[in-house]
Amino acid sequence: MLDAKIPSGPLDDKWTEYKGHCKLVNPANKRKLEVIIVGTGLAGASAAAALGELGYKVKAFCFQDSPRRAHSIAAQGGINAAKNYQNDGDSVFRLFYDTIKGGDYRAREANVHRLAEVSTNIIDQCVAQGVPFAREYGGLLSNRSFGGTQVQRTFYAAGQTGQQLLIGAYQALERQIALGNVQMFARHEMLEIVKIDGKARGIIARNLVNGELERHFGHAVLLCTGGYGNVYYLSTNAMGSNTTATWKAHRKGAAFANPCFTQIHPTCIPVSGDHQSKLTLMSESLRNDGRIWVPKKKDDQRKAIDIPEEERDYYLERRYPAFGNLVPRDVASRAAKERCDEGYGVGTSKQAVYLDFADAIVRYGKIEAGKEGNSSKSMEEIIVLGKEVVKEKYGNLFDMYKKITGENPYEFPMRIYPAVHYTMGGLWVNYELQTTIPGLYALGEANFSDHGANRLGASALMQGLADGYFVIPYTLGNTLADEIYNKAIETSHPAFEEAEKEVADRINTLMNIKGTQTVESFHKRLGKIIWDKCGMARNKEGLLQAIQEIQALKKEFWSDVRIPGSINEMNPELDKANRVADFIELGELMCVDALNRNESCGGHFREEFQTEDGEALRDDANFMYVAAWESKSAHEWNLIKEPLVYDVVKPSQRSYK
Amino acid sequence: MTWKQVFTSSVGKKLVMAFTGIFLILFLIVHAGLNACIWANDGGEMFNKGAHFMGANVVPRILEIGLFVGLILHIVQGLMLELDNRKKRSVGYAVAYSDGSKWYSRSMGILGTLILLFLVLHLSDFWFPNRAHQNFVLGEEIDLYAKMKETFSVLWVVIVYVLGCLSLGYHLAHGFQSAFRTVGVHNRKYNLMLVSLGLGFSIVVTLAFAMMPLSFYFGWIN
Amino acid sequence: MEHYNMNLTVKVWRQKNSREKGGFQSYPVKDISSEMSFLEMIDVLNEQLIRDGEDPIAFDHDCREGICGMCSMYINGKPHGAWKANTTCQLHMRAFKDGETITVEPWRAGAFPVIKDLMVDRSAFDRIIQAGGYISVNTGNAVDGNSLPINKDKADASFAAAMCIGCGACVAACKNSSAMLFLSAKVSHLALLPQGEPERKSRVINMVAQMDKEGFGACTNTGACEATCPKEISISNIARLNQEYLVASLTSDK
Repeated sequence: MLDAKIPSGPLDDKWTEYKGHCKLVNPANKRKLEVIIVGTGLAGASAAAALGELGYKVKAFCFQDSPRRAHSIAAQGGINAAKNYQNDGDSVFRLFYDTIKGGDYRAREANVHRLAEVSTNIIDQCVAQGVPFAREYGGLLSNRSFGGTQVQRTFYAAGQTGQQLLIGAYQALERQIALGNVQMFARHEMLEIVKIDGKARGIIARNLVNGELERHFGHAVLLCTGGYGNVYYLSTNAMGSNTTATWKAHRKGAAFANPCFTQIHPTCIPVSGDHQSKLTLMSESLRNDGRIWVPKKKDDQRKAIDIPEEERDYYLERRYPAFGNLVPRDVASRAAKERCDEGYGVGTSKQAVYLDFADAIVRYGKIEAGKEGNSSKSMEEIIVLGKEVVKEKYGNLFDMYKKITGENPYEFPMRIYPAVHYTMGGLWVNYELQTTIPGLYALGEANFSDHGANRLGASALMQGLADGYFVIPYTLGNTLADEIYNKAIETSHPAFEEAEKEVADRINTLMNIKGTQTVESFHKRLGKIIWDKCGMARNKEGLLQAIQEIQALKKEFWSDVRIPGSINEMNPELDKANRVADFIELGELMCVDALNRNESCGGHFREEFQTEDGEALRDDANFMYVAAWESKSAHEWNLIKEPLVYDVVKPSQRSYK
Repeated sequence: MTWKQVFTSSVGKKLVMAFTGIFLILFLIVHAGLNACIWANDGGEMFNKGAHFMGANVVPRILEIGLFVGLILHIVQGLMLELDNRKKRSVGYAVAYSDGSKWYSRSMGILGTLILLFLVLHLSDFWFPNRAHQNFVLGEEIDLYAKMKETFSVLWVVIVYVLGCLSLGYHLAHGFQSAFRTVGVHNRKYNLMLVSLGLGFSIVVTLAFAMMPLSFYFGWIN
Repeated sequence: MEHYNMNLTVKVWRQKNSREKGGFQSYPVKDISSEMSFLEMIDVLNEQLIRDGEDPIAFDHDCREGICGMCSMYINGKPHGAWKANTTCQLHMRAFKDGETITVEPWRAGAFPVIKDLMVDRSAFDRIIQAGGYISVNTGNAVDGNSLPINKDKADASFAAAMCIGCGACVAACKNSSAMLFLSAKVSHLALLPQGEPERKSRVINMVAQMDKEGFGACTNTGACEATCPKEISISNIARLNQEYLVASLTSDK
C-alpha cells in the first residue's frame, strides 16, 4: 500500500493545518543542507529560486544552454487562478471542483484543493516579479475563459503566458545565482540517481559540452523534468524534452503512476509529411472565438469558404450545447478523431477539421462599428475592423500558422488536428511531492498528482509554479528538518562510484553497437507504434501487439543503433540515444498500464468501454485508483494501487452537454 | 557610480559621442550661416565682417577653444570606439548582413575619418593661415573672402571639398538622429521627427557647404 | 499552398570544438519538400551524414516553435534567415528555390564562442541578467495582484520588450557585436513597471557594466538588431536604456 500522507481534517483546512504543523529548519541549518534540482522549467526554476531565497544550498541542472529555454516557455494560453476578479462566481472550491471533474475523477482531492488554494498567490507573486500580464484600460488584470470551465479565471500575456511566467521564474533564479545561493549547471543531463541507505543522495550528470560524467551530492533531489510526451516522437513538446530523469528514478525504485494518462490537445497544426519533426500547438484560447466544423457531406472536395453554412457540421456545438467549442481537451480531441475516422475530415490528408474565425471576425467588426456609432458600414468594412480585433487577440498565433502552413488564417479557416501535448501520468508522489524513494521529489508535469486522467487548459502553468513556489518550500523542510545532523556525503562514496560506472558502461555499450540505423529512425518507429496503439483510442488487442513490438524494437535498438562521434565531446546523437533508450522502456509501461485500466476515463479511451453515444465510460467500482508501477525487472512491473477517496466531490458521469 | 565609471562604460562613451556630436551640429549651423554671407554678392563685405567678428573677438575665440576640445574628443573617442567595436567579432561572416541597416550607419568610422582628412586640408587652407597671420592672438586677419576665391579656383580642391561635404552629409544622416537616441529620446513621435529633421539637416548643410566652392569656381558670385 | 521538391547545396561552418579552427563544407541535399522547416532540412542532411559515416552537424534547437530562443543559425547573410520577425526553426523551405546554395554560419561574436559547428555559448546573456535583470522580491512577499493598477499602454510596452527570447540574433546582426537590444529589452521591461522602480537605477548601471565585461561592443544605433529580431523588439528600447543610464549616472551619490 502506498501512503499518500494526506493530512487529516476537513479538505479546506488540510493545507493550512499542514503548514501550521510541519517541521521547520532554522536559517543556520538551511545553509548546510544541499538540494539538487533537475530541470529548470516553471517547477524547477521556481523551486530553485524559492529554496535559494530560504537559504538552502541549491544546485540546478538543465540540458539546454540556459534555464530560460525550458519548454514551459512554449505554453501559450494562460494560467488559472481562483481570484474571482470578474465577479462571475469563481472560488477556490470551483477551481478545485472543475479540476477534479476535468480530470475525470482520477486525481487526488487534497492535492487539487491545495493547488486551487495557492493559485491566487501565484498571480500575486508573478505580478510582483514584473510579469506583464494583460490588463484592462483601468489598469487591472484581464481574464479570459478556457475549456472545461464556465468562469473567466485565466490570466494571460497575449499568446506567450508560459514565456512570461518562465522568464519571471528564470529571473528569480538568476538572482539567486548572483547571490550565490544557487549554482547553475546548464548543458548538463542527469543520467542516474544515487541512492545511499535507501535515500536519494545525489545524481550523476553528464556535461554535454565535453561529455564528462560528474557526481553531485544533495540531501534531497528534486526532479522537475516535465513530461514524456516525446515518447510519441511527434508531439508539441520541445525536441529535447525527455523522460530520462524520471525513468532512471523509476528504475532505481520510484513508482511510476498512471503512465497511460496522456493528453492529446485538440488544436494543433496537422502533420504535413514524413519529414515532420514536431507538431505545433494552436492555443486553446482560440476556441474562445473559433468555431470547429467539418462538412456535412463525406469527402467534400469544395474549399471551406465555398461550403454554405447549412452544409457545415459544427459538431462540438451540436454534441455539447452547454460548453460548445470549449469542452475539455480530451472530449474535443476525440470528437475530431471521430469525425475524421467517419470520413468527414478535410485537407489533403483528411486528418484535419476546420477552426473558423469568420463569425468572430464579423461579430467583433460589428462591435467596433457600433463603437464608432456608424451603422452604415458595409460588410467589407466590418470584416476589416473585425480582423483588426482578432489580430490583436491572436496575432502571434495566426502568424505562426501562416509561417508553418503558408496559408492565411484571416481568409481561410485553420486546419487543425489533435496532437500529443501533455502527460498527466508521472512519478508517483505523496502529498509532500515525495516519490517512493525517500529524499527524491517530483514537481510539475514530472509527477502525476493533480490532473487525474485529463488536464484542463491553463492548469499546467498553475501546477508547476504552485509546486515550486508554494508547496515544496514547506514540504521539503518537513523532511530536511531530520537531515540537519547529516553532513554532506563525499562523492567518493562507493554508491557514487557505482552509479557513475553504471552510466559509463551504458554509454560505452551504446557507442560500441556501431549498427546501421539512426537514433531518429528508432524514435520514429517507437512513436508510430505508440500513437497507433496507445494514442487517442486504445484496445486490448492493439496494446498487446504494441508491447510485443516495443520489446522487439528495444532489442533491435540495442543491437543495431548507430551513434557517430565519440563520448568525450559534444555529441547530440549520443544525448538523443540515451533519451530514446528510455522512451522505449517507458513506452512499454504505458501500454501495460493502458491494458490494465479496463475503463475509459479522460485522455485514456479504451474502445471497449464507451457509452452508446461514444462518450468515455468510467468504471469507478473497479478503477477508482492510481495505478503506481514498481519496476521489477526489464519487462516486469508490480502494480500498487492507491485508492482514490472522494470526501467532498461526488463522482458522476462527466457531462458537458 | 564615479565619473570614471560613467565615461569608460560603453554607454558613457556613446554619450560623449552624442553630446560632442550635438555640439558640433550646432557649430555647423553657425558656420554655414556665417559662410552663407558670401551669397550677399557684395564682394565679400558682409562675409568678412562676420568672419572678423568670429576671429577678432575674445568671446568667439574662447568658444573656439571649446569647439576644438569638442572636436578632438569626438574624433579620439570615435576612433577608439571604432577600433574597439571592430575587435568584438574575432571571426567575420562569409556573407555580410547588409539589409538591416544603412551603409552609412555602418560606416561612421570611415566617413568620420574622411571628414578628418578633409578638415586637415580645410584648416590648413583657411584657419591656420589666418590665425598665423594673427600670431594666434587677436591680431589683424587676412581677407578670407579673397582667400576663398583664390582657393576655390583650383578644380581638384573644389572636388575634394565637395567630397568632404558629401562625407559630412552622410555622417550627419546617421549621426543627427543617432545622437538624440543616445541621449535618450525614445518616444516614437520625437524619433520620427528627428529622423526627418536629421535627413533634412544633412541635405541642407551638405548643399550649403558644397555650393560655396562651386559658387566660386563657376563664378556664380562676384 | 503549392508544394514542390528541391535539390540544394548546404554550405555550412564545421568546427570540432572551441579550440580548433573551423571551415566551410558543402553538402548536397536532395528532394527537400517546400513544406519542411529549415531545421527539418538539416535533420535530413544529418541523417544522411550519419549513414555516410560522417559527423552530423551540431546545432542548437529545442522548442521548434519560435519561442525558446535556442536556435541560432546565420543563414545566407542574416540571423535566422530571410523571413522577417522569424526564428530559424520557423523558417520553412518555401523560402528557397531549387538549386540554391545556402550558406549557414554560427553567430559570430567574441562574447559567443563557438562550442561546435553552429552551436555557440550564450551564457554571457545569463550573466547579464544576473547583474540585475530581475525584481528583488522573495516568494511570499507579494501583495494582491490588483492592488497596483498599471496603465495599459505601459503594461503593453513592457510586454513588448519582455517578449525577447534571448536568442542573440541582435548580437549576431550588429556590426559591433553589441548586446544592447537584448539588454535594453530587459531594462525597458522592468523600468516600465512600477514594480521595477526601486531597483531602476542600480539595474541599468550594473547590467551595462556586465555587458561591457562580457566583451560585447558598444551600440551605434545602426538598427540591424531591430531588423533581424524575431520578436521585433524596437530599438526605442535602446534609447530608453540610454536615458535610464544617463539619469542613473548623473543622479548617483558617488
